[in-house]
Amino acid sequence: MGHTITAKTPGVFYRKPSPDAEPYVADGATVAEGDVIGLIEVMKTYREVKADAAGTVSTWHVDDEDEVTIGQELVELDT
Amino acid sequence: MTIRSVLVANRGEIALRVVRACRDLGLRAVAVYSDADAGAAHVRHADAAVHVGKSSAGKSYLNAEALLAAARESDADAVHPGYGFLSENAAFARAVADAGLTWVGPAAEVIERMGDKATARATAQAAGVPVVPGSGVVASVDDAVAAAAEVGYPVLVKASAGGGGRGIRPASDDDELRRVVDEARREAASAFGSDAVYLERMLRAPKHVEVQVLADRHGAVVHVGERDCSLQRRRQKLVEEAPAPGLDPALRERMCTAAADLAREVGYVGAGTVEFLVEEGEFFFIEMNTRIQVEHPVSELVTGVDLVAEQLRVADGRPLSVTQDEVAVRGSAVEFRVNAEDPDDDFLPSPGEITALELPGGPGVRVDTALAVGDVIPPFYDSMVAKLAVWGPDRATALARARRALAEYRVEGVPTTLGLHRRLVDEPALVDGTHDITTLERLLG
Repeated sequence: MGHTITAKTPGVFYRKPSPDAEPYVADGATVAEGDVIGLIEVMKTYREVKADAAGTVSTWHVDDEDEVTIGQELVELDT
Repeated sequence: MTIRSVLVANRGEIALRVVRACRDLGLRAVAVYSDADAGAAHVRHADAAVHVGKSSAGKSYLNAEALLAAARESDADAVHPGYGFLSENAAFARAVADAGLTWVGPAAEVIERMGDKATARATAQAAGVPVVPGSGVVASVDDAVAAAAEVGYPVLVKASAGGGGRGIRPASDDDELRRVVDEARREAASAFGSDAVYLERMLRAPKHVEVQVLADRHGAVVHVGERDCSLQRRRQKLVEEAPAPGLDPALRERMCTAAADLAREVGYVGAGTVEFLVEEGEFFFIEMNTRIQVEHPVSELVTGVDLVAEQLRVADGRPLSVTQDEVAVRGSAVEFRVNAEDPDDDFLPSPGEITALELPGGPGVRVDTALAVGDVIPPFYDSMVAKLAVWGPDRATALARARRALAEYRVEGVPTTLGLHRRLVDEPALVDGTHDITTLERLLG
């Protein structure tokens, strides 16, 4: 089974907490529900993107620093 | 004028404000725009427009190379940076000058000197301007405790290279100070690349009062009165007014003179703002902003001085069009910031489409906005999308007109701060002018 995490707000998506840091989650990593998997910058504020299901990171639909719209698919989890 | 064509290196209402000043002066205005802003009002009303990149600010309005290329491509001979983005970036100011263009603002060295807090503080002190009682940089916890005995509790531990309200920690006694100093130094090192911190006495409930200054290349410096910007949430201003209500005339005179002296001392050119805290009849310098400010319209409304036009004049080497004696404050003006934020949901930023819009009008009302029905407020930039500024021959009339204008003003499609303003304009603390920088957060609970 798969699960897709979508953007709850439009903005700019970041996979890392800061430009020099490691990504919140590596490809293939296992996440629990509620884990932070990225940030969306909206109007100069940063909002955490949390996994709304547990699973393994399989496919990213966006890259670091991509502009995203509300509801856009961000990443797929194998659940 | 030798400036004929101005690149407006900004977006939204301030870009439109600069475009309008250019048109009033017979100058050609060149707008820049990101993907998200194609077709925006600041683009529509300019004489020409250049695309500078993708929607995110880092790839467009903060991209110095793209902005310089746009200036070359469009034959602009001057760059006006507005506020925010690169307006206080000394490297950009220098790059503009090095490209043979006129920078509409003070020299890069002046931006640098006033940008570092500890340096600006020392500069103000040297110019005889009072600063909040404090220490120099403290090297250790024991140093800090010794310094605090001189300064007096409660104190704020501040990062010297800090800004935007970060790197500031309060301490009310020796024990708390011992706990927070190292923490503050670590945070400063990681956030600003320098672990230098100093102490400042924490004022109890001061007012934020700032002085508008103008200076030309011929040595003339004038102040254009003061503004009270005490209604703030998390150090973000929400309502501003001129003149400052309840300010003692002798104190006002001393503050305005101190601001002009400081501008003269640093060789300032253009429009700038010297910010102070005022408490119990004393005033203290906090910082200088080396650009036009969001709240400049209230000063324009009470003095009749077009601050943006003056910026363009002096950038071109011409003298200021007013002397100090000619700057007279008449009546009272209040500005309300319309932010696309939801006050009922912790001021959640709320981009989206404007589905309906009705702007207020009538005597004393000025609206600065770049929004029209059908426009989409992008998520990539600041949430401040409009400013309602209201003038009256006296403060009570200004507030009555503000009530009327706020009642007329309607925005649909996104939540805004308009509803909050309708409440604030009847708050006793605002009505009687006794509000301070703690008032708004207390009202919001």
